[in-house]
Amino acid sequence: MQLDALYQEIILDHYRNPHHAGLAEPYDVEVHHVNPSCGDEVTLRVSLDGDVVTGVTHQSAGCSISQAATSVMTDLVIGKPVADGMATYEKFLELMQGRGTVEPDEDVLEDGVAFAGVAQFPARVKCALLGWSAWRDATAQALASTNGVLNHEGAGNG
Amino acid sequence: MTTRPVFGSPLDLQSVRADFPILSRELAGGHPLVYLDSANSSQKPHQVIEAVRRHYAEHNANVARAMHQLGAEATAAYEGARDTIAAFVGASRREEIVFTKNASEALNLAAHTLGSRLKPGDEVVITEMEHHSNIVPWQLACERTGATLRWFGVTDEGRLDLSNAGELINERTKVVALTFVSNALGTINPVGEVAAMAHAVGATVVVDGSQAVPQLPVDVSTLGADLVAFTGHKMVGPTGIGVLWGRYDLLAGLPPFLGGGEMIEVVRMTGSTYAPPPARFEAGTPPIAQAVGLGVAAAYLTGIGMDKIAAHEHAITSYALEGLKTVPGLTILGPTEAVDRGGAISFELDGVHPHDIATVLDTRGVAVRAGHHCARPVHERFGVQASTRASFYLYTTPEEIDALIDGLGFVRSYFKVD
Repeated sequence: MQLDALYQEIILDHYRNPHHAGLAEPYDVEVHHVNPSCGDEVTLRVSLDGDVVTGVTHQSAGCSISQAATSVMTDLVIGKPVADGMATYEKFLELMQGRGTVEPDEDVLEDGVAFAGVAQFPARVKCALLGWSAWRDATAQALASTNGVLNHEGAGNG
Repeated sequence: MTTRPVFGSPLDLQSVRADFPILSRELAGGHPLVYLDSANSSQKPHQVIEAVRRHYAEHNANVARAMHQLGAEATAAYEGARDTIAAFVGASRREEIVFTKNASEALNLAAHTLGSRLKPGDEVVITEMEHHSNIVPWQLACERTGATLRWFGVTDEGRLDLSNAGELINERTKVVALTFVSNALGTINPVGEVAAMAHAVGATVVVDGSQAVPQLPVDVSTLGADLVAFTGHKMVGPTGIGVLWGRYDLLAGLPPFLGGGEMIEVVRMTGSTYAPPPARFEAGTPPIAQAVGLGVAAAYLTGIGMDKIAAHEHAITSYALEGLKTVPGLTILGPTEAVDRGGAISFELDGVHPHDIATVLDTRGVAVRAGHHCARPVHERFGVQASTRASFYLYTTPEEIDALIDGLGFVRSYFKVD
């Protein structure tokens, strides 16, 4: 097990300076997800415009892998149609579950390719997927209440 | 070079370690195993492994109901294990030992059966340092009955806060449930003192002995508890077997927990009567080979001597506490001196998340636990989301503690925290 394969410099960069960290308003849906086995937590807000992801912000407490994966995820989905984000998730999931046998597509996963090494640490795969599960949940809820019915303006408490 | 603290143990560690085949395992990268996760699950000596194998190879059959030689042998082995465990914890009679599948089931049995007597206005008192398995069953019992759940707090030093004990334990208190040794803080609680207060108001005392029974000589006849739960896999025994010890007269008055075969006296379609303890609480085919293995495990620990195991635990804990204090940025959760303290040490390291610590240590062969160790409330009490925990047993050497301390130094340099 190569430590440097897990802790790529890109991952540590995202961990130290996570993108889209800090909960922003307005937003459509807020979710709170946890990894019950370890206690990692993420609060995540999603805004959609039609079927396009216009904003994802998060506040999380967790390890470097979960924090960095959430940061990378926000870069991958913001500004893209929901379907593209979901397709990217499938690619990321395939990489995570591939036990190191899947060659990541950098055109699709961008900084996400840095997580290829995580697949060789089965105990850490759930860390890398926490932010994604929160985003998928929030987005599905936002889509279900189309056209901003749930839009939280100003001091909305989510 | 830092100087290592002095270490003295009554155990011959080399010969103890020779009994545990897994301890000579090599991990990825050629690292020898440094197993510091025994509070999570202990390793097994070949005596236990062989006993389980031999039971399946030579004596396997169902117990109590098989009318043949193998059935008689399996029954004798299973009931023999009950005798061994009864002697191991000082039970006054063998019928006080109920086999369960783990400590969680034992605590659920306690909460369910004692819970059947609860009603609105009654109070159940637990502590903030409990494992989830001694919190959730009582929450469920209170939800079912309308009783109120209350709890002892924890001091900044990680001790039970007894300052409001007089108010907390009162005439409404029906059950007081607490851990003997905290799995997260390592604190050894004053069970006798709390039990005396509980008994003074007529409450029943339930003790989670999961971390205590493996490490300390425990004598239930003088402990003060009415029910004590513990588990096999933390005391060099198999998984899938736990124990609830209870005072016989208390057990005899409790209703059944799970229904099924072997726990009955007479079953009619209109209703059933139930067997006396312990059978009343052992519905269905029990974990037979696991009980046999647990009996051998208890005999193994007795052979080495629980007093010596406790002295070793104390010595290795002191050694580890001193070593951990030399790591910059490291904060120990719970008592920082080896006084009334078991050998599970949880800590934080500034700037590095526990998962990352555990993963980096793992690549060096050092196995620790990271997370909330099934004790989220006590982590919340200390404003911590998760921690890293190192825990020890009779086979833990000072060299392994050194490997942990060295590994933590490497963690700090790897994550560039300075």
